[in-house]
Amino acid sequence: MNETVALSAGISARPSSAVNLERFINRSRKGKIKIGAKSKSQLAIKILVLVLLGITVVAFLTFDYQGIDFGKAVADTLHNIKTVFLEPRLTSDTIGGVLYQLLVTFCLGTLSTLIGAVLAFFCSLLCARNLAHPVCVNIIKSVVAVARAVPNVLWVLIFAVSAGLGSVAAVVGLTFHSFAYLTKAYAESIEEMDPGVIEALRANGARYWQIVCQAVVPSTITSMVAWTFMRFEINFANAVAMGAAAGAGGIGFHLFMAGSFYFDLHEMGLLTYIVVIAVVLLEMISTKIKAKVK
Amino acid sequence: MQKTMDVFRRRKLTYTLVFLAFLAIFAGASIVAEFHPIDGIVSFPAALQWIAVNLIPDAEAMERLPKILSELMETALLSVAVTVVAAILAFFFSLLGANITKVNGFIKRIVRIVAAFFRNVPDVVWAMLLMFSFGQNVLTGFFALFFTTFGLLTRAFIETMDEVSSHCVEALDATGANFIQKVFQGILPSSLPGITTWVLYMIETNIRSSTLIGILTATGIGYLFDLYYKRLDFASASLVVLSIVVLVLVIETVSNRIRKVIL
Repeated sequence: MNETVALSAGISARPSSAVNLERFINRSRKGKIKIGAKSKSQLAIKILVLVLLGITVVAFLTFDYQGIDFGKAVADTLHNIKTVFLEPRLTSDTIGGVLYQLLVTFCLGTLSTLIGAVLAFFCSLLCARNLAHPVCVNIIKSVVAVARAVPNVLWVLIFAVSAGLGSVAAVVGLTFHSFAYLTKAYAESIEEMDPGVIEALRANGARYWQIVCQAVVPSTITSMVAWTFMRFEINFANAVAMGAAAGAGGIGFHLFMAGSFYFDLHEMGLLTYIVVIAVVLLEMISTKIKAKVK
Repeated sequence: MQKTMDVFRRRKLTYTLVFLAFLAIFAGASIVAEFHPIDGIVSFPAALQWIAVNLIPDAEAMERLPKILSELMETALLSVAVTVVAAILAFFFSLLGANITKVNGFIKRIVRIVAAFFRNVPDVVWAMLLMFSFGQNVLTGFFALFFTTFGLLTRAFIETMDEVSSHCVEALDATGANFIQKVFQGILPSSLPGITTWVLYMIETNIRSSTLIGILTATGIGYLFDLYYKRLDFASASLVVLSIVVLVLVIETVSNRIRKVIL
């Protein structure tokens, strides 16, 4: 207590410095000193979290549950999960046949990634800010954003009308979405390039394609390969989904038939396990390749 | 001089080899998948032309707009709700799996395997599985999206935590903070920007996947599209597509803005 008095006496002896100090201290209304730093981003995150939580509450209140018996549904689900994941077996097909279906799905994913990557490479040259004309950049970027916003399955179904259900519609539909996604990713990696490299080549009188082949490709190849493999993983998963939702063939179609037509949960379980193993293997391979390229 | 020529020659050789490898893979994959490249190329302009002629909303389609918008609203709410619930659970779950907060190596391994399992089982499978017990209900879509979102976010959060907060946890450790203090004073504040970025990304993704799940489980906006599509009412179907596009673009723009402020 005495110390405080002494201190305040000391401060009052030098009134000017006390006033100055007090101005910089951030106190709450009760006089407590606030120790957190105020920043725009903290505030933004706080507001965002509150808004998201609010939307979630509203969502749960407004959903139409149709008076579902929740307990029974959960019990049934657990029972089905047990059947699918603990008692997998094949009933209508051989393991060789299933693996061939997996290969078909794999090829659908590969084709759409390859075509999408090649198209996206050229398109990204046209919409990278450091290589192309600003008007061209804006137009292509908006077109690509719209193409990306349409869900994959809708592209496949839309293409299916004119090409017929099957691998052509699936590949073209999947390609469209991967093309849009990869264009954005590639363009971003080109824009992150060191501007000095392009400038140096331009100063040397290099032509457009020389700049592309000798500067752009070598310095962005790492991130491009990483993005392409990431997209390939997504495309594989999408190819499974397209098989189920749009009749595109492959293991996804098989899965859909087993689940929704024959109600054969045992077979569905085995197919699921095969898909999971394939995806995990792909993930491991792509991690290895990414590490090697770097 | 000889040396620089070598660089260029080697580069040319690499490009040629990569090109040939691509061609070989392409040819092989086309044969297996029974994909005919020429059909693909031919079908593309035909499809675009078809889109330009048929996928245009007409007056009749506009009458269905209120119904479409209400389903769209439900889809948007659903994907936010799924992502938020999954994110909260995934946060606590990933505390057990992150290197800096793990209880022990065994639990960490298990958490990561569980996350990988949920992430990699296709949402199609969850949708069909839940369809049997929940029927045509909004909860079918909710749980189908929930499982994959939970798996993906757990992995993402573990990576974010390990990247961001090691110094800060070390400092808190040195002051004698307990586990809960470390989590709420150290890990949560420092990884929050990363976490919110992932959450925003997942909301976007979930809107797109909920269309697919809707087609499979006959709920929400996906069902509406499927219904109009199978009735060959393409004008209304196109209105559904357009409304989804607008929703996704709005969410993308908003989340880009937020990301710019946060990071």
